[in-house]
Amino acid sequence: MGGVNDAIIEIRGLVKTFGTTRALDGLDLTVTPGEVHGFLGPNGAGKSTTIRVLLGMLRKDAGDVRLLGGDPWADAARLHRRLAYVPGDVNLWPNLTGGQVIDLLGRLRGGLDEDRRRELIERFELDPTKKGRSYSKGNRQKVALVAALATDVELLVLDEPTSGLDPIMESVFQEYVERFRADGGSVLLSSHILAEVERLCDRVSIIRAGRCVESGTLAELRHLTRTSVVAELARPVTGLAELPGVHGVDVEGSRVSFEVDTPRLDAAIGLLHGVGIRSLTATPPTLEELFLRHYGDDIATEEEAEVS
Amino acid sequence: MTGATIFLRAFLRRDRWHYLWWAVGATLLYYSQAVSVKGLYTTQAQFDKAARSMEGNTAFIAMAGPARALNTIGGQVVWQATAFGAIVAGLMSMFLVGRHTRAEEESGRDELLRASAVSRHASLTATLVDALLANLVLGVLVAASLVAFPLDATDSIAVGAGLTLCGWFFTGTALVAAQLTSSTRSMYGVAGSVIAVAYGLRAIGDVGNPVLSWLSPIGWYQGMHAFSGLRWWPALLLLSFATAATGTAYVLFGRRDFGSGLWAARPGPARAEPALSSAFGFAWRLQRGSVLGWTGGVALMGLAYGSIGNDVGTLIGDSKTSRDVFVQGAGGLVDGFYAVAIATVALIAAGFTVSSALRPKGEEDDGRVEALLATGLSRRRWLLAQVATTVVGTVVVLAGGGLGLGLGYAMVTGDGGRIAPFLLGSLGYVAPALVLAGLARLLYGVVPRWAVLAWVGVGLGVVMVFFGPVLHLPGWVQGLSPYHHLALVPAEPFRWTPFLVLLAIAAGFSLTGLAAFARRDVH
Repeated sequence: MGGVNDAIIEIRGLVKTFGTTRALDGLDLTVTPGEVHGFLGPNGAGKSTTIRVLLGMLRKDAGDVRLLGGDPWADAARLHRRLAYVPGDVNLWPNLTGGQVIDLLGRLRGGLDEDRRRELIERFELDPTKKGRSYSKGNRQKVALVAALATDVELLVLDEPTSGLDPIMESVFQEYVERFRADGGSVLLSSHILAEVERLCDRVSIIRAGRCVESGTLAELRHLTRTSVVAELARPVTGLAELPGVHGVDVEGSRVSFEVDTPRLDAAIGLLHGVGIRSLTATPPTLEELFLRHYGDDIATEEEAEVS
Repeated sequence: MTGATIFLRAFLRRDRWHYLWWAVGATLLYYSQAVSVKGLYTTQAQFDKAARSMEGNTAFIAMAGPARALNTIGGQVVWQATAFGAIVAGLMSMFLVGRHTRAEEESGRDELLRASAVSRHASLTATLVDALLANLVLGVLVAASLVAFPLDATDSIAVGAGLTLCGWFFTGTALVAAQLTSSTRSMYGVAGSVIAVAYGLRAIGDVGNPVLSWLSPIGWYQGMHAFSGLRWWPALLLLSFATAATGTAYVLFGRRDFGSGLWAARPGPARAEPALSSAFGFAWRLQRGSVLGWTGGVALMGLAYGSIGNDVGTLIGDSKTSRDVFVQGAGGLVDGFYAVAIATVALIAAGFTVSSALRPKGEEDDGRVEALLATGLSRRRWLLAQVATTVVGTVVVLAGGGLGLGLGYAMVTGDGGRIAPFLLGSLGYVAPALVLAGLARLLYGVVPRWAVLAWVGVGLGVVMVFFGPVLHLPGWVQGLSPYHHLALVPAEPFRWTPFLVLLAIAAGFSLTGLAAFARRDVH
């Protein structure tokens, strides 16, 4: 299992240009069966472009793209029966009701599970008799979510699916995604809501300027960054700042706080242990810190520019 | 009224092209009547004869208004232009009001603006002033064009002033409609119905019970009797009711919540009917309303032409120009006239065909295609279903026009024998209409943003049918229009060759467009 040929989504070196802009510049992405894969990146990084190539809306300029074992461009309609897509900005037909759109999209995908349709409409508190033009942003999103989650598919492609949903509806959504994974489904989830990604995703890919800059499980990604440590010690510690991988040491009497590269955590705690630990909190990096680390460069360079 | 002037300036800027086109359209409507009447009859005796024939034609009176002083140019202008002019002013007002009130609320843009430091009524007031000004421009230009013609100045000014006041009346009713309904579409439905009822009341009133005409703002406009004993007091009726309607709109505006109407939106079905789930069923559902609307409109136009019956000769006179335009082809005057009438109705119907062919572009621009094409529906099937809807719709609309002509003729003359030839003649124009649809499809597939150029084809068709023979354009120029090649039924016998060749060209365009669409990026 886990071999390249078994992957649900397999992208190697994908390039897509619009005129002179290079929206995707050698992007790699792999989604394996049964995983929820978080797809992170700032606005304009190329997330939606990648998804549109995967759905056969856009034609790739270079690279290899495999979706469910097929070619997303040539076999589009056939492959689409096995997946459901929720865009981040759902546009409905002004004179069709939400219920009609759910049925339409569901049937075009090959059929709806009637019980689940009923259940989802109830859980999402959606009024299916309203016309498309009178739905709010969040309710338009619910229409697409119900249509997607009520179909029996192998893959969910979700492009910022919860934009406009309130926190209660967001947790309903998360519950159904977890259920979908428990039933063996795979998910590609593009999102800005990092708490959502942390809760749902097994693996994460972070993209920037059309390239994948980091990919792995959350644990692996955390390993690459620093853990913050705050400790109350028996007596003042010396030599902590000289340890490799330790940064930002701040000693106030017997209280010490610092950051340490996660692989070096053991040595640092060992030193503290020698001095005598009264209390200790070690905080792993949040996804937000991971994210900011990858996109913080812009801010850092801007600051430098201001200083000089 | 904090902010109203800022809004107004923004509105005027956004509307400057609307102002221009509506004003040009309305002025042409009035001015062209004066010009054409003058060119039509060579002697006053002919004019008198035609006038008598018009006065006796009930269908004409129902369509245009009470017959007064029809043997004068001024009387003809009032008769032929005022009812339609009022409709033009009404539609302009309705669209201006809708665009700045309901449509803005629906899109949420208005919320952004209202949250800034402006008074609650600022956008409503700016909309009102915008529409009042637009109607004023309309009236002034119409009056000025008639004075310049030259017609009697006072009466010309009355014609323009009445038009402005009619527009103000419909501005008021449109503002009320915007408060009652909760969507732009239903607002246009209500405001449009007011215009239709106003026209209908005076139509029935003018041929039957005159009291009904006095219930209609268009009746009040025509009741001013410009060029036939002008009186001003009916204008006061228009002014006072316009004021009352506007006041009502302001009161209602204060009683409703932002984004909602006083009438609650009606819920629709919670489930989709099975037919909606096929590609064609879905495409048809999206265009159904438009097909029915166009069919109704074109059929009414056909009825109007048809109800001229055999009076053609006296009506169009025997000037060379009218003969050149109407007697294209070998047949007699009546057949020649109806051949041109069928072509006219068919050119109007082409408006449906082109707008229907551009529908896929609208769907793509509005971001509704992606979700559909991410299902088991393939691009080809999606677009083919749209093509099929355009083809079926075009046949239905043209059949409506042909039947309207035939039935109108049958009603006036009692001769049903022309229903079938008119219908077949009209259906012949399916071929050139589909060439334009094919062109739209081709452009949509290759360079989507150029697809609207297909409208140029309709314009070309209009110019060639009406001005081609008068301007004596070289054959190859006239041949650029797909409408030029068909036989002018019933003046000429139907010819299969051009019909089939045009269909083949349409199919070629359409298939190329389809192939190109299947290969390009969808946004």
